[in-house]
Amino acid sequence: MGLKSNLHNLKEKYKGTKMAPAFNAIHTFLYLPNETTHNGTHIKAADDLKRTMNIVIMALVPCLIFGMFNAGYQHYLASGEIEAANGFFSSSFWAWDNLVVGLWKVLPLVLVSYGVGLLIEFIFAVIKGHEVEEGYLVTGMLVPLIVPIDIPLWMLAVAVAFGVVIGKEVFGGTGMNILNPALTIRAFLFFAYPTWMSGDKVWVEGAKELAGTPDAISGETILGTLAQNHEVTHSVADMFLGFIPGSVGETSTLLIVLAALFLVFSKIGSWRIMLSSALGALAMGLIFNGLVNAEVIAGGSKFYGLMSTPFWQHLLIGGFAFGTVFMATDPVTASQTNKGKWIYGFLIGFLSILIRVFNPAYPEGVMLAILLMNVFAPTIDHYVVQGNVKRRMKRLKTKVA
Amino acid sequence: MSNDIKIKKGLDIKLQGAAEKAKENAIISNFFSIRPEDFHSVIPKLIAKVGTKVKAGEPIFYDKSNEALKFVSPVSGEIIDIPRGEKRKILAIKIQADKEQSYQDNGKFNVDTAKAADVKAHLLASGCWPFIKQRPYDVIANPDKAPKAIFVSAYASAPLVADLDFTLQGKKAELQAAVTALTKLTEGQVHVSVGKNSDSPLANVSGATIHKVSGPHPSGNVGTQINKIDPVNKGEVVWTVNAQDLVIIGELLLTGKFNAERIVALAGSSVKKPRYFVTKLGAEVASMIYDNGVDKNDNIRIISGNVLSGKQVQPDGYLDYYSNTITVIPEGNDYELFGWNKPVFNKVSTSRALTFSWLTPNKKYDLNTNTNGEHRAFVLTGIYEEVFPLDIFPMQILKSCMYKDLDEMEALGMYEVAPEDFALTEFVCVSKQPHQDIIRKGLDLMLKEIG
Repeated sequence: MGLKSNLHNLKEKYKGTKMAPAFNAIHTFLYLPNETTHNGTHIKAADDLKRTMNIVIMALVPCLIFGMFNAGYQHYLASGEIEAANGFFSSSFWAWDNLVVGLWKVLPLVLVSYGVGLLIEFIFAVIKGHEVEEGYLVTGMLVPLIVPIDIPLWMLAVAVAFGVVIGKEVFGGTGMNILNPALTIRAFLFFAYPTWMSGDKVWVEGAKELAGTPDAISGETILGTLAQNHEVTHSVADMFLGFIPGSVGETSTLLIVLAALFLVFSKIGSWRIMLSSALGALAMGLIFNGLVNAEVIAGGSKFYGLMSTPFWQHLLIGGFAFGTVFMATDPVTASQTNKGKWIYGFLIGFLSILIRVFNPAYPEGVMLAILLMNVFAPTIDHYVVQGNVKRRMKRLKTKVA
Repeated sequence: MSNDIKIKKGLDIKLQGAAEKAKENAIISNFFSIRPEDFHSVIPKLIAKVGTKVKAGEPIFYDKSNEALKFVSPVSGEIIDIPRGEKRKILAIKIQADKEQSYQDNGKFNVDTAKAADVKAHLLASGCWPFIKQRPYDVIANPDKAPKAIFVSAYASAPLVADLDFTLQGKKAELQAAVTALTKLTEGQVHVSVGKNSDSPLANVSGATIHKVSGPHPSGNVGTQINKIDPVNKGEVVWTVNAQDLVIIGELLLTGKFNAERIVALAGSSVKKPRYFVTKLGAEVASMIYDNGVDKNDNIRIISGNVLSGKQVQPDGYLDYYSNTITVIPEGNDYELFGWNKPVFNKVSTSRALTFSWLTPNKKYDLNTNTNGEHRAFVLTGIYEEVFPLDIFPMQILKSCMYKDLDEMEALGMYEVAPEDFALTEFVCVSKQPHQDIIRKGLDLMLKEIG
């Protein structure tokens, strides 16, 4: 029987030893294990956690590939070597040269993210003697997509180690953490190395090294431009299609929307959170637009740029779409009740835009909004569950009365 | 007020190997076995010893905490063995059956004129009491407490189980007698649920409130019906009786004989000719499964009960006290190359994560016992709610059982549930958590701490 029986023999040999979880983690990637049901139901549904996580990764792959092309495209565009793309299938975007830049810059990010993160997961699994959980498969893919392209690899490694240990393992591993690990990693980078995470020099490959030289290129995100009350040069179509500077994988709203549809269709992602989050963002955007229209905020205000942005464009710029679809919906850190999900999502959208507008120094509000709501998700759930408990109490009271 | 119960949330798992509606007499089993583990939380005190000759319906042991609660032999014969486990725990009482069966005569009982106390005493003494279970805790009913209602589900919605409309055919007199007896036992109502389009003999018994049930599994679970009709509150007790056991109770009342005969479905994709057998509870499984059923060397799992909440038994094992189904499905102890990421067409799933059972809602599946993945922490949310019709938060109550917070378990509705109510959430669980086991342990803890 070849490989299958050889691996089975190896598994039996390692059974009960310290290294068993590490071996099993690799083994189960190749073969669905031969485990059978013991008590309770004798049959089980087809899905397991690996399959679920795999679906999310599949949804992320188009964003990753787009991010690679965009890395090169933004670089060459800023240095004036190519024409701006006109349309989603423009040849000046989907060019080999663009991809080469992306491969050189993005693949190492992916490798470092997975390498460091999985190593820590394996170590913890071996020490604690439990199986390696699949949670990091998605986190490891998310991390390279939400960092600036030029982030030094050692910084990423440090952040990943911090995020996995402090953000997840100290709480007991996958399923127990309070904060989204990917965002914990990003928040760590953001506060530990702010010069690498914001400003106008980090979003385009090479911008930092060329700064101050005659070839200097500027690569500001749209949010940065708006926060400084400058005129946005990108068209709405560019924003939607993703031909804009930004973190590696967050720029293409089109691909993110397609991924969202895929996740919702496969019933992996929560449509409640995605929808309510978008509604929350639109509501906040409308409020700000209303303030501008009512001339409460004048043109000279430092908030004017972002406040006067048409409310629906907030969904296209920055990391809002990416955060909503892939990170707000993380089932472990989101609200766990259906009613709670509506509230949780709405507040994420609402707060994202609020922070975005009122924090011009670091205009990306989604990360902080999601982390904040991660903290409050158990509280939201608590009140939703209390509703059920109260109903039960009331039933008892009417009975007694 | 309409008496219809319509369930929307749930899942019908369609499996191959439903029993054909043809009755056959099983080969008469030589050996019968009563296992105290079937009666959860009962500590048996033996009346009979090895070598004692018993008649059918003669008590063989009683409950340590309530001497009146007798458990009787299903057949007449000789007790040949009482195997014991750790700490001399009684594992089973094995009885070799006589060729000619003789019954202990309990005398005819006139239910119509009897008082509650008499009915109770009669059922306790004659060995019919164990058929009456209670909620909370899903254990044999405590005869000292008055139930606010009694529930009988005559609608079986679980996969491959015996069709109660078929097995109860022609038992109208017995059912009526038993239902009348139940009405004496409660101040409240006796609720009987039948399928929406069923011709169940229970559909027009007198004295009970009849409910018509429709919708996917677990609509037939008595727990679902209790939750929809009259949920259990703190301090209240309801009793439940399996419909097929009403026949035994009824016959006892009418004739004075404890006739343990039961019509059992032999089902499952591993069985060559799935059909119904007439046998007795406690009978050897081997007496049914080999004739036109399975081969001796098949890699199979034999389940006394249904695939969702039955017990695994060995081929030389016995039909348990409450089951009317024996299911045989293939064992799934094999590896599957890239089973976690390739598209799946031959397994049931509620998601669409490259699983395509949503394309073919009427296809019948041949599922095996593979877990399709390893045990993980709770991660996904919202999937349990889709198959869980009770007004309870399933994941929250499971977690409260795991961290043993009695107050929270109580507040979240632990008094209303039984392990079988969590069978479907366990089936769909992506993290492969043993939900029924968690609930059982939680109930045991509450029983011990609160009582």
